[in-house]
Amino acid sequence: MKSVILSTATRYLLPLLLLFSIFALLRGHNEPGGGFVGGLVASAAFTLFALAHDVERARAILPLNPRLLIAAGLLIAVTSGLIGMLFGEPFMTTAWDSREIPVVGKMGTPLLFDIGVYLAVMGVALTIIFSLAEE
Amino acid sequence: MNGLLILPILIPLMTAIALVLAWNHRAIQRRISVAGALILFLAAIGLLTSVSSDGIAVVQIGDWPAPFGITLVADLFSAIMVTMTGLMGLAVAVYSLSSMDAPRESFGYYPLFHVLLMGVNGAFLTGDMFNLYVWFEVMLIASFVLMALGGERVQLEGAIKYVTINLVSSALFLTAIGILYSVAGTLNMADLAQRLNSGDVDPGMVTALSMMFLIAFGIKAAVFPLFFWLPASYHTPPVAVTAIFSGLLTKVGVYSLIRVFTLIFLRDVDYTHTLILVIAGFTMVTGVLGAVAQTGFRRLLSFHIVSQIGYLLMGLGLFTELALAGTVFFMVHVIIAKSALFLVSGAVYQIAGTYDLKKLGGLYKSHVGLSMMFLFPALSLAGIPPLSGFWAKLTLVRAGLETEEYAIVAVALGVSILTLFSMMKIWAEAFWKDRPESDEAASDGLPELRTSRAWLALVAPIIALGALTIVLGIAAEPFFVLARDAARQLLDPASYIQAVLGGTP
Repeated sequence: MKSVILSTATRYLLPLLLLFSIFALLRGHNEPGGGFVGGLVASAAFTLFALAHDVERARAILPLNPRLLIAAGLLIAVTSGLIGMLFGEPFMTTAWDSREIPVVGKMGTPLLFDIGVYLAVMGVALTIIFSLAEE
Repeated sequence: MNGLLILPILIPLMTAIALVLAWNHRAIQRRISVAGALILFLAAIGLLTSVSSDGIAVVQIGDWPAPFGITLVADLFSAIMVTMTGLMGLAVAVYSLSSMDAPRESFGYYPLFHVLLMGVNGAFLTGDMFNLYVWFEVMLIASFVLMALGGERVQLEGAIKYVTINLVSSALFLTAIGILYSVAGTLNMADLAQRLNSGDVDPGMVTALSMMFLIAFGIKAAVFPLFFWLPASYHTPPVAVTAIFSGLLTKVGVYSLIRVFTLIFLRDVDYTHTLILVIAGFTMVTGVLGAVAQTGFRRLLSFHIVSQIGYLLMGLGLFTELALAGTVFFMVHVIIAKSALFLVSGAVYQIAGTYDLKKLGGLYKSHVGLSMMFLFPALSLAGIPPLSGFWAKLTLVRAGLETEEYAIVAVALGVSILTLFSMMKIWAEAFWKDRPESDEAASDGLPELRTSRAWLALVAPIIALGALTIVLGIAAEPFFVLARDAARQLLDPASYIQAVLGGTP
């Protein structure tokens, strides 16, 4: 079933949802939000697109295969844990850059970890939703 | 060494990530899988040597101090278990190359396999109760998928039983953790050991809690009377999966039992450890009686897993240094011997196309080498000198005699004879008797063993494991010394507590 209303609305909602997911991701370190929620919102955006059009087109606008998103996300999250070890600290010890960056605040490995979570959650959710929708 | 302790968890994770990145390239996946398993094994040996020379190793993850953050601890027992995981991982990774079918390979068998190894290693290394639960879940979720992957009818039937019973056990485990936290206010194992044994906690409450953990871990370890899910499900997935499950998953349950009942629940040793001893006896007997009645190669071996778990618990129940040393030695022995037998059953299946002992036969005539590869681990399992099983059982029996627990000793010896009987049954049916006429060999979709390289990947792990049971038997002394040191550490919770809570680097 194709709905003109839904597909038109999706054109505006998709970028908004993606922007919001990044907002939630960056906000997450000290306030409610974070990589997990962000990843879910982002996958909701692509799911909406898949509902409005079809799964094939949703896959096409996704820059990476969802499975690769999982791997990339895990890789980034693990790397964030390893950075601390470079300074001789135990695994997963946080490392911070002292400079403040507008909007984001202090940069550090927790942000990197959250980005990893964001990608992994998005990858998992989309893998599940797309496979179910294609059945 | 900080880095060495995290490696057994990181290496399988990195391998799994690399495997997912190479999802559509089977040939590359196979290489990555073996390479990852090899590196893991080497890292595990590194950890073992480091722990045996420098004592208990501890890492506070994220640099959060001990009772608050997550602690990774490797004492000798953990390090030995991690090494066994590495060994089994390597053996089964090689074996999978020529026993796993293409559809399973392309639906993520290899990444899941390494995630499973990560979960197992995490469970062996963690020093925190809740973290142990998390590693159990990692391991179980990977095992659920491995069990059902392929989607054959019998497999799904087995998987449903397996998943249901394990979810019950996990729920119980989590409930017990919740109560434990409300009683003690901490979940760090070392901290728990201190608080629960300090006197300001009601001893009745501690014993009640210990029973909850006994049931939760008992289901995972497949002890009497909670073992029924194991023979109902273990014979359904491909042999490589069964071998890694039998080698590692139930052993994680036993490991957890040993850990909590040597470190944390020591308030009422008379009651709890006697109960464990009784359970051990029943587990041995029911397991072996179930095995004697079976006619399927893998079903028979599955019942034997249960029976061997009884021996492992016997050492814990006796609770002396010698007994625990026996348990550690037995653990190493049984992981190697049992997995070797499962791998042989897979090789037999690829040759003859069936697991049914009635339809098998004549393998001694056609495959003498393979028959020998079966015979040594089988005799070792039954406890024939000078193979590894003999020393393991001798130690346990001696420990039993020293503590004057004659009943369990009698059970252990009787079960040994029945074990020998059922091993000889496989030998007589599958290898010795003539192959029954009429049946045509049916190999359904398994990779053909035309090339000698494929054959090599199949038998090399079996030969290596079989050789290890012989080496463990003939040169038992160094391994036994190691097991004894591990047991000494287990019986000295103070050193564990000291390593985790005080004097950390």
